[in-house]
Amino acid sequence: MTSFRGTSPESPSLAGLRKNSSRPRDVFNIIMTGLSVLCVVITLIPLVLVLAFVTIQGAGSITPALFTELPPPPGLEGGGIANAIIGTLIVVAIATLISVPFGVMAAVYLSEFSKDGQVARWVRFFTNVLSGVPSIISGVFVYALLVRTGLTGYSAVAGGVALAVLMLPTIIRTTDEALNIIPQEIRWASIGVGASRYQTVLQIVLPAAIPSILTGVTLAIARAAGETAPLIFTALFSSFWPNGILQPIATLSVLVYNFAIVPFEPQQELAWAGSLILVLLVLLTSIIARVVTRQKTY
Amino acid sequence: MTASDVPNTRSRTAGEKKFDGFFVGLTTAFAIGTGLLLLAISFIILMAAIPAIREFGLQFVIASTWNPVQDAYGALPMIYGTLVSAFIALLIAVPLGLGVAIFLSENFIPLKIRTVLVFMIELLAAIPSVVYGLWGIFVLIPAMKWFFGLFGLQFIGPSMLTAALILSIMILPIIIAISRDSLASLPPDLRQASLGIGATRWGTIFRVLIPAAVSGIVGGIMLALGRAMGETMAATMVIGNSNQISLSLLEPGNTIASLLANQFAEAKGLQVSALMYAAFVLVIMTLVVNILAQVIVSNVKAKYD
Amino acid sequence: MVEQVAAQTNQTKTSTVFKIEDCDIYYGSYKAVRDVSMEIPPNQITSFIGPSGCGKSTILRCLNRLNDLIEIFHLTGKILYHGQNLYDSDIDPVEVRRRIGMVFQRPNPFPKTIYDNIAYGPRINGFKGDTDEMDALVERSLKRAVLWDEVKDKLQESGFSLSGGQQQRLCIARAVAVDPEVVLMDEPCSALDPISTLKIEELMMELREKYTIVIVTHNMQQATRVADKTAFFNAVPTESGGKVGYLAEFNDTQEIFGNPKETATRDYVTGRFG
Ligand SMILES: Nc1ncnc2c1ncn2[C@@H]1O[C@H](COP(=O)(O)OP(=O)(O)O)[C@@H](O)[C@H]1O
Ligand SMILES: [Mg+2]
Repeated sequence: MTSFRGTSPESPSLAGLRKNSSRPRDVFNIIMTGLSVLCVVITLIPLVLVLAFVTIQGAGSITPALFTELPPPPGLEGGGIANAIIGTLIVVAIATLISVPFGVMAAVYLSEFSKDGQVARWVRFFTNVLSGVPSIISGVFVYALLVRTGLTGYSAVAGGVALAVLMLPTIIRTTDEALNIIPQEIRWASIGVGASRYQTVLQIVLPAAIPSILTGVTLAIARAAGETAPLIFTALFSSFWPNGILQPIATLSVLVYNFAIVPFEPQQELAWAGSLILVLLVLLTSIIARVVTRQKTY
Repeated sequence: MTASDVPNTRSRTAGEKKFDGFFVGLTTAFAIGTGLLLLAISFIILMAAIPAIREFGLQFVIASTWNPVQDAYGALPMIYGTLVSAFIALLIAVPLGLGVAIFLSENFIPLKIRTVLVFMIELLAAIPSVVYGLWGIFVLIPAMKWFFGLFGLQFIGPSMLTAALILSIMILPIIIAISRDSLASLPPDLRQASLGIGATRWGTIFRVLIPAAVSGIVGGIMLALGRAMGETMAATMVIGNSNQISLSLLEPGNTIASLLANQFAEAKGLQVSALMYAAFVLVIMTLVVNILAQVIVSNVKAKYD
Repeated sequence: MVEQVAAQTNQTKTSTVFKIEDCDIYYGSYKAVRDVSMEIPPNQITSFIGPSGCGKSTILRCLNRLNDLIEIFHLTGKILYHGQNLYDSDIDPVEVRRRIGMVFQRPNPFPKTIYDNIAYGPRINGFKGDTDEMDALVERSLKRAVLWDEVKDKLQESGFSLSGGQQQRLCIARAVAVDPEVVLMDEPCSALDPISTLKIEELMMELREKYTIVIVTHNMQQATRVADKTAFFNAVPTESGGKVGYLAEFNDTQEIFGNPKETATRDYVTGRFG
């Protein structure tokens, strides 16, 4: 075989075996491969540009004041976005407190107890469809349900509920998948020593699935922290420190939106700084999620 | 030792039994509650929209004035803007996304590098939309101004095209992820069979792999369409929020989502109801698209499971 | 109701632990096993042998109602446990499983520490003792499973850190920790190497003193080595094209292997089987 390679006189039929980059078929293959590489490059350009600009524009404003002070009044210099950072933490915490127990329990039903597969199929279907519903719709829903009715008014709670609606499908789906990976034998083993269903679920199945569930929850939280649309008219905004969970509250994402569209440079700089924090948060959680996933038992 | 020697430790108390039943019931309630949430959302929005529905009827979706001062509301410009911006975004994102998906599902480059690329594309999806909006205002719009200036074209900045560009960036990851999944879940013998009868790599991709994966790809495109129609922040920050229909893509426009983002916090009376009506229209539009997408995607899954 | 079971257990504690009466077992409309009747004696090892698919696991899982987890499963006939039908409507399957433990084919430790693997069962069974008593119980169970010496220095390590054979003994220790009367084992050695297998077999012989053991095995040598009584199950084709399992012969192990009454049994034990 090797002797064929590099020897020049060959029968014509064997010469046909060699690569020939001017043959139309090969030209087509080379062009298509080149085009697909181009697609990858074009796709990554916005990512690089967004990350670059956010870093460049935002890094300058990263000062201690950013994390300790309130935003300046329109037109004035200085200040920080501390109230929005705390506000985001509060609203996201409320959303997590609602969506995680709700979502995990619903997923437990889907993967552990749904005897009649029909119900589970419908619930899964609607959950998937729900995840495609625009995020602003969850804001509209909560506005109609809690804000306009005066149940909570514009408040951190209203914002938290709106974000919870968005987190729910992610949490259910990831938990459902995480539970499905747990080998059936583990459940049998637990049932075999006489465990009740809740004991098997709470003490064996859920703990075994925790790494994967945490991954899902982390990703859901990261996504929720960056959501703006559902908060604009539920959590509203506030230039002041958070004042209880039944008052309007500042959040990072709404701050970026509000300050991006005002004509004052100090505000715009804070918007970039807020963006940088949001992006770092997303980056960090994506990486954490990856690390946690690696520690899975199953 | 027999069972009866340790009776106390092995009989379930009535409380334990009750709690077990309660626990199962609770999970069932939560699951069914989630299933019904979508219905509840639609219903509550519909209820809130009733005054406007009474007032404007179906006229609402074909009337093209949105005037809070005179309480005259028609959503045609926003419906138009929603559809047009989403379709242009698809036009840009589908070929690009498909190209990337093919590249990532073939073995052009080592798996390690592909994993990094996949991670970067996931990151693209994870960046908050308000950050894209900010970037659009301060980077993309000036860049487009400069670009159109080269051709002596007047470009004011916020426009349908700007919004569509940003939307296309935001939906790319969905298209890539789902197309790649559908390509990767094809049975390996399909590729081998085609290569085995002497087809080239790209011949195999176009004649065998893409046709076999087409319904998954279409499902992914539908999901992306739904996302583009409902995406709010990136659109509202760069589209110009003009409530008039303009056929030029270089002129400002509006989408339903961005109308809602702009007006809800300050709306009163009938305007709230009209906004609810608009929101309901958006719900219906995205539901139709998403349900179709789910049906397609789940059929694909069923085929290879 | 619970007391009833216990009471009956006391009253009728006889020379039989299980009495299976005319059992037909179905998965949906598919009849997997037909017409099984047999009696399983206490403090002995009873083995189930037979070609695969003839319903050995199916019957074994009926003995502690583990088949309840399979939706399409149902059973006609009676399975009496000390005279009490396990399938009576007022029987709580969870309590049945507390008395009748199970060891599975593949070792399936919980993703917990070795200690917690053992302590889990007693805890959920309402173990009232303090830490010292639990420590003692864990030690006793691990000793019973002849695992103590190998793990006593690493009780806080994950159950997965053990070898396959050790994991299986951990599972046995876990089963005996709740002090069941019966331990069911479904091919407990089929995933293990010969040395681990030997250890488990020795263990079974010791456990026999205290527990009633029912073991499914595909290894006939194993049955001859450990079992006091052996049930040979066979499967025959049905008109509808399927297969249905039935109990071909049940007797002392020596009889089954040395002097089988049925031709099918003889063919099987002499390895002349299809
Ligand atoms: N969960 C189940 N659902 C449906 N059929 C089953 C199930 N488990 C076992 N069977 C069927 O019951 C018959 C007996 O199976 P099994 O008890 O596992 O046999 P063995 O353990 O003797 O190999 C087989 O035909 C098998 O296909
Ligand atoms: Mg079996």
